[in-house]
Amino acid sequence: MDTTQKSLRVEQPFGKVSLQFLSRYWIFIALVVLIVAFSLLSDSFLSKINLLNILRQVSIIGICAVGMTMVILTGGIDLSVGSMIGVSGMACALMLQAGIPPVLAVFLTLVMGLGFGGITGLLINKIHIPPLIATLGLMTALRGVAYILNGGLPIYGIPESVKFLGQGWVFGIPFPVILMIAVFVLGYVLLNKTAFGRHLYGTGGNEEASRLSGVNVEKLKTKVYLLAFFLSTFAGIVLMARVNSGQPRGGTGYEMDIITAVVLGGVSIMGGSGRLMGVIAGVMIMGVLSNGMILLNIDEYVQWVVKGLVLLVAVGLDQLSNHKSEQ
Amino acid sequence: MSILCLKSVVKEYPGVQALAGVSFELEAGEVHAIMGENGAGKSTLIKTVTGAIKPTRGYVVYQGQTLPSGDPRAIIDLGISAIYQELSLFPELTVAENIFYGNETYKGLFLDKAKMNENALSLLKSLGTDIKPEVQVKTLSIGFQQLVELAKAVSKQCKLLIMDEPTAPLTNQEVKYMYEAVRRLQKQGVTIIYVSHRLNEVFDLCDRVTILRDGHYIETLDIDKVTEDELIRLMVGRTITNEYPKRTHELGDDYLSVRSLNSGLVKDVSFSLKKGEILGLAGLVGAGRTEIARLIFGADPLKSGEITIDGVTKLINSPHDAIAAGIGLLPEDRKTQGALLTMSISDNVSYSSLDRFSSKGILQPKLERASTQEFVSKLNVKTPSIDQLVGNLSGGNQQKVVLAKWLLNDCSVLIFDEPTRGIDVGAKSEIYELMRQITQRGVSVIMISSEMPELLGMSDRVLVVHDGSIVKELHPEEYSQETVLKYASGF
Ligand SMILES: Nc1ncnc2c1ncn2[C@@H]1O[C@H](COP(=O)(O)OP(=O)(O)OP(=O)(O)O)[C@@H](O)[C@H]1O
Ligand SMILES: [Mg+2]
Repeated sequence: MDTTQKSLRVEQPFGKVSLQFLSRYWIFIALVVLIVAFSLLSDSFLSKINLLNILRQVSIIGICAVGMTMVILTGGIDLSVGSMIGVSGMACALMLQAGIPPVLAVFLTLVMGLGFGGITGLLINKIHIPPLIATLGLMTALRGVAYILNGGLPIYGIPESVKFLGQGWVFGIPFPVILMIAVFVLGYVLLNKTAFGRHLYGTGGNEEASRLSGVNVEKLKTKVYLLAFFLSTFAGIVLMARVNSGQPRGGTGYEMDIITAVVLGGVSIMGGSGRLMGVIAGVMIMGVLSNGMILLNIDEYVQWVVKGLVLLVAVGLDQLSNHKSEQ
Repeated sequence: MSILCLKSVVKEYPGVQALAGVSFELEAGEVHAIMGENGAGKSTLIKTVTGAIKPTRGYVVYQGQTLPSGDPRAIIDLGISAIYQELSLFPELTVAENIFYGNETYKGLFLDKAKMNENALSLLKSLGTDIKPEVQVKTLSIGFQQLVELAKAVSKQCKLLIMDEPTAPLTNQEVKYMYEAVRRLQKQGVTIIYVSHRLNEVFDLCDRVTILRDGHYIETLDIDKVTEDELIRLMVGRTITNEYPKRTHELGDDYLSVRSLNSGLVKDVSFSLKKGEILGLAGLVGAGRTEIARLIFGADPLKSGEITIDGVTKLINSPHDAIAAGIGLLPEDRKTQGALLTMSISDNVSYSSLDRFSSKGILQPKLERASTQEFVSKLNVKTPSIDQLVGNLSGGNQQKVVLAKWLLNDCSVLIFDEPTRGIDVGAKSEIYELMRQITQRGVSVIMISSEMPELLGMSDRVLVVHDGSIVKELHPEEYSQETVLKYASGF
């Protein structure tokens, strides 16, 4: 046995190693290049305050990206994440305005998020609506709800204690950033250190084989949507706390940034492969890109073009590398 | 006259040398077997010829001209076609649509369906089958699907046809159709490369055989100048006894009983399985053996019936329930049902037993990897490490990984559906040995196999299935291929 294993090993030509290295770490390299480029182009970019600002700005999409990663790993997608952020901000603000104690209001909002996650899980796993369509429907419906909740108007008057979630600082770091890091750590442990995570990868790679290996696939995928919706609801509350109000438009278009970040991070849109480490870099790239473009006074419409192209490039690279490795 | 000539072909993958400088020649008009252990490099060699992969070094000469490497389209146009180890048909399309896929006939702007059906029909007839071109491929048995693959390859006017384990999923009866088709093609002047682990086929069909071992070319021999034992020795590098290990333990009491199982195809199936027993299910393809297995495992919904284990009735609605009750199933199709190709060997092997390797919900990699490494070594999976992706393994080695998954699980009843499909002679005998070992420990086994010698050699008892029902129970003293066939055909 030992001898056959040894005889199988061959020397790696240098070129191949560096190519492999590149395909694995290009996202980190791209992040560094982007940071260097913006710091050359703009004086204020590399200041401590701006960097913390970027981190604070990405914390919302960062929190959601963890849920989205899990959803995409199973071969699904969640387009309703942005609307969920909006609805949860509005719902929570409404409850706070009505005088419900903050802890209870936050708790009830999270329960509501879980409820929508459960409904999504049901639509996808029991009624077998494809995730793209199920969450597209929810995206529109939930946005409608966000507007209906207060007749299309924002809700102000968030108590100080809740504001801390979005505006507080701990040890010189914005609190939302700490929340994002905590969510990433939790996601990392779930994905890499538990049976749940392993089964997520397996189910995304080959659902039938996974089922025949004894995984309760429907239950697993329902859990994933519960988790994703829980996180987007949580992110919605943090956003509300940050902007001091429930905004019916809150989270509009976030699904685009979140999905791009996840795919940029190397999670295959077909499901089954991708690492959370890459997603962190993907999230940072999205943050650096928006922030840098704003600092450079780049027109908002041009920013859209850039972000759209980034998504296409990310997916294109993923597909090309899949195709290449078959040769 | 040589039609194809490989010149020092090398193919390297990260950490693996799949081909280590292979050179040999193919005579025009011969049926040429390529044999070797799992992972020896047979499929890789074939893929370099068809252009599916580019060799790292070396080249292939075909009819005096160097083949454009890595350009499958151009190579097909030169008259080289292949049937790969895994079927690549579109199940929803018709037979004719599959045969002419990418090669359609047009009438003006539109597809000429009538013409294509007509051409397909004459093609299928020339291969000696009466498959209808208008039916959807998914309605055909695997055996007939394989013949459609063959027709598809032949439709491209090929002069060189390459077949990678074409008979692995077929039953004896279907193999005969394949034989017939191959012989007809040879008569029409087609040269054929034939990869198979079945020695008898190689002796029946082929003129010469080339042996590969660990990516190295070993020898090319005329088939009538070599014996089975010699061939095995050349492939494996050692001698192997062709005998099935005998049972040395006493059988226990009835352990698993199924009563009146019914579903679409399965009709009123009842039997029981003793502790430590290997029970064989014999039958033709489509007889319902796999369906019975899937019912017991909860993979398909049960219409009515009862399953008891050790006298206790178990409600089994899903594979999850079955495993909880201690029943495991090695499914018949490893690519779609067994292997998780995008995951590592280690992840695959431990996939059904993760609870055992978790402490307070957190996986313990050390424990997990020690166990998976043990089984990977036991089954002799050829790989540089247990972190290799299963999708990068050779077909036979993938099968070993799926097998290891179930051997590692603590099931007390294991159902093996075609456990040795695509597995080389050496590894086969190791698998037989392992099956005996687990039954000695008290595990009960249900075995489905289309290879009759193996089924009769390993089973303590055989149930013959015909048309969804059990028609006969056979005991070792009554075993013979003729008897089984007689009952399997419904007489
Ligand atoms: N894409 C790949 N990446 C890494 N290693 C590979 C890849 N494809 C094949 N190999 C390795 O190359 C070797 C030869 O594989 P190949 O599929 O040619 O074997 P084979 O002789 O066809 O075996 P089998 O009888 O099991 O089908 C194996 O060790 C396999 O693991
Ligand atoms: Mg092969």
